[in-house]
Amino acid sequence: MIKLIETEGNKFWRNRLSGSSIFQKFVFQYIKALKTYICPVEYEIKPHQKLNLGLKEIWQYREMLFFFTWRDIKVKYKQTVLGFAWAIIQPLLLMAIFSLAGAALNIPSESLPHPLFTYSALTLWMIFSTGLTSAGNSMLSNANIIRKIYFPRLIIPISSVLTSLFDFLMAFIILIGMLIFYHDRITFDLGKFLLLFPVSIIITVISTFGIGSLLAALTIKYRDFRYVTPYLVQILMFVTPVIYPISIFHFTGAKYILAINPMYSAVELFRSGFNGQMLEWKLVGISLFFAILFFIIGIYYFRKTEAYFADLA
Amino acid sequence: MMKPILEIKSISKKFLIHHNKQGQAYMSMRESITSVFKRNSSVSEEFYALKDVSFNVEPGECIGIIGKNGAGKSTLLKVLSRITPPTKGTIISRGRMASLLEVGTGFHPELTGRENVFLNGSILGMIRKEIQAKFDEIIDFSGTEKFLDTPLKFYSSGMQLRLAFSVAAFLEPEIMVIDEVLAVGDAEFQKKCIGKMEDVNKNGRTILFVSHDLNAVQNLCRTAILLKDGQISMAGESDAVINHYLHSGSVATNTWTQKADSNHPHFKNIHVNLEGTQPNLKLIIQSGIKCFPEMMPSFIAFDIFSKMGIPLGQAIPKLEPFIVPGNTEIILTTEIELNGFVPGDYYLDAWIGPHFSETYDWQKECIEFSIIDSPQINRTYPHPASHGFFVPPSKLL
Repeated sequence: MIKLIETEGNKFWRNRLSGSSIFQKFVFQYIKALKTYICPVEYEIKPHQKLNLGLKEIWQYREMLFFFTWRDIKVKYKQTVLGFAWAIIQPLLLMAIFSLAGAALNIPSESLPHPLFTYSALTLWMIFSTGLTSAGNSMLSNANIIRKIYFPRLIIPISSVLTSLFDFLMAFIILIGMLIFYHDRITFDLGKFLLLFPVSIIITVISTFGIGSLLAALTIKYRDFRYVTPYLVQILMFVTPVIYPISIFHFTGAKYILAINPMYSAVELFRSGFNGQMLEWKLVGISLFFAILFFIIGIYYFRKTEAYFADLA
Repeated sequence: MMKPILEIKSISKKFLIHHNKQGQAYMSMRESITSVFKRNSSVSEEFYALKDVSFNVEPGECIGIIGKNGAGKSTLLKVLSRITPPTKGTIISRGRMASLLEVGTGFHPELTGRENVFLNGSILGMIRKEIQAKFDEIIDFSGTEKFLDTPLKFYSSGMQLRLAFSVAAFLEPEIMVIDEVLAVGDAEFQKKCIGKMEDVNKNGRTILFVSHDLNAVQNLCRTAILLKDGQISMAGESDAVINHYLHSGSVATNTWTQKADSNHPHFKNIHVNLEGTQPNLKLIIQSGIKCFPEMMPSFIAFDIFSKMGIPLGQAIPKLEPFIVPGNTEIILTTEIELNGFVPGDYYLDAWIGPHFSETYDWQKECIEFSIIDSPQINRTYPHPASHGFFVPPSKLL
């Protein structure tokens, strides 16, 4: 940490530099600005703070973010026999059920084997569902810290999303195994996969984070959302093409409505690397637009109300 | 001349008290939806926890903040540590601030002692390298090295507290804001912590310290601020401020007035004053009573309760019914000796009736008063609730 109180050395340089060339003054100002950026020497507490993402502040509190995430991951699997294996077992069990149902009911799967079709979407879906559920509850479960310590509140939903991303990494290893196992039954396009896979992760993270922070801010004020969130997650799962492809709808209007779901584009982009299907760009575009819209609304509402979280928690 | 490290400029903090919501801080959606349609459905009252508070803190100063319960001390600390924003005014801070409104914030029962030191340290604003560098010292200070890798839930509460204190004791911010955290923990450990805080202050750190333990404030701080009803009532040398606090017309004045009307004999108003100094405190109660011609002769009684509702005693100034029937209003002055009562908040019930088994009017918890001073002059150890509510006068024969 940089010393915050003016040190003797600082004074020395200021005295030396006053009256020297403009260039030197500029350099001094630049260093000073840089120091302020890294750690604010001076800050003001006012009734109304301005609205922005507050990335600078989150960066200052990155260690706390790290520790919150680390705590959540540690605590999640404490005192379990199987430990981190649960991150894999959960989507695998769902996959087993859904692919059995899919095979039995003869649901199309875009020429992919049923297990791969559902599991690929489920890995992404788990980021969204666990992230959303824990972000929604995060403000309440951390209420004792919010009431006693200041930190940028956005850290809490961010750490919820990071925790669910950690689970995804575990589950993703299995997905790679499945892609290798089924390699002769799928049309794997490495270029497309490497390009669209990160994009789909980013969309998932953005929508989880946006909707998650909105729910977090709403839950702290209206406790009704504690009951709304689980249902919302369940309903969203059935309108996301996890167990069925969107092509089973022949009516275009229905497709457009389903594309409002931000997770639609994430799942479609993720699968397009290996399902050999053409993307419906119009639908993906709609979904992407809503992902960004929900993100902006979520962050805006969160930042607008966060100052009073300590009074409400 | 250095700039002050903290500038507090006319800070106010307003709360809205909703009267129909029984202490519910949050609202359900139904309430907020219906309140759109029903205007003025909830009676809300403005309450200023802080009113126009301004002061400066110079680097290296240690300031004690004292005042009665509800004077706004904790709200001031919360505003200073950015937990809740002020309604008006600004604060300029020129240093890294750590607030210690509670020890062990963020402790997780499932994590081990070692893990909790890191988590708690980081929540309190230490960086990882700092914690690593001080880790051995922290553990040494707490005396829990044997249980380092045991989950916290298996610790005794005393051990948890000591671990929590030890992390806090090794904080080294420029400004440290401390709430009543020393009120808990055993006496020996408290002493250790105060010693540690003195060291911290000697190293040039700035400390803001809120406490009911006037002795600790006197020992630690050269300057003190007395808050009363959200305003600064006095600031200056801590000895002078504490003295003023202890003798400012003693401790409590409170008035209660009956708003409703009834056709039974009842209390119209009650006014209470604490007079004298410890150990000879007296509670002077002035009560206005409305009498009726058709009533039976009556007498009065006052019950004293602790803040937790434990009955402590009943004062009956006169046992035989002495209030005679008539269409009159009388004023009675009662004196209750509070010999040996320990510092704390108390409630008073007022009762009137013709017989022990018959009641005309019973005003429950109508008056609240607090005692600040210990009945034992020069006592430094606080009075824990486990030792009761009064110190019976005693002497060696």
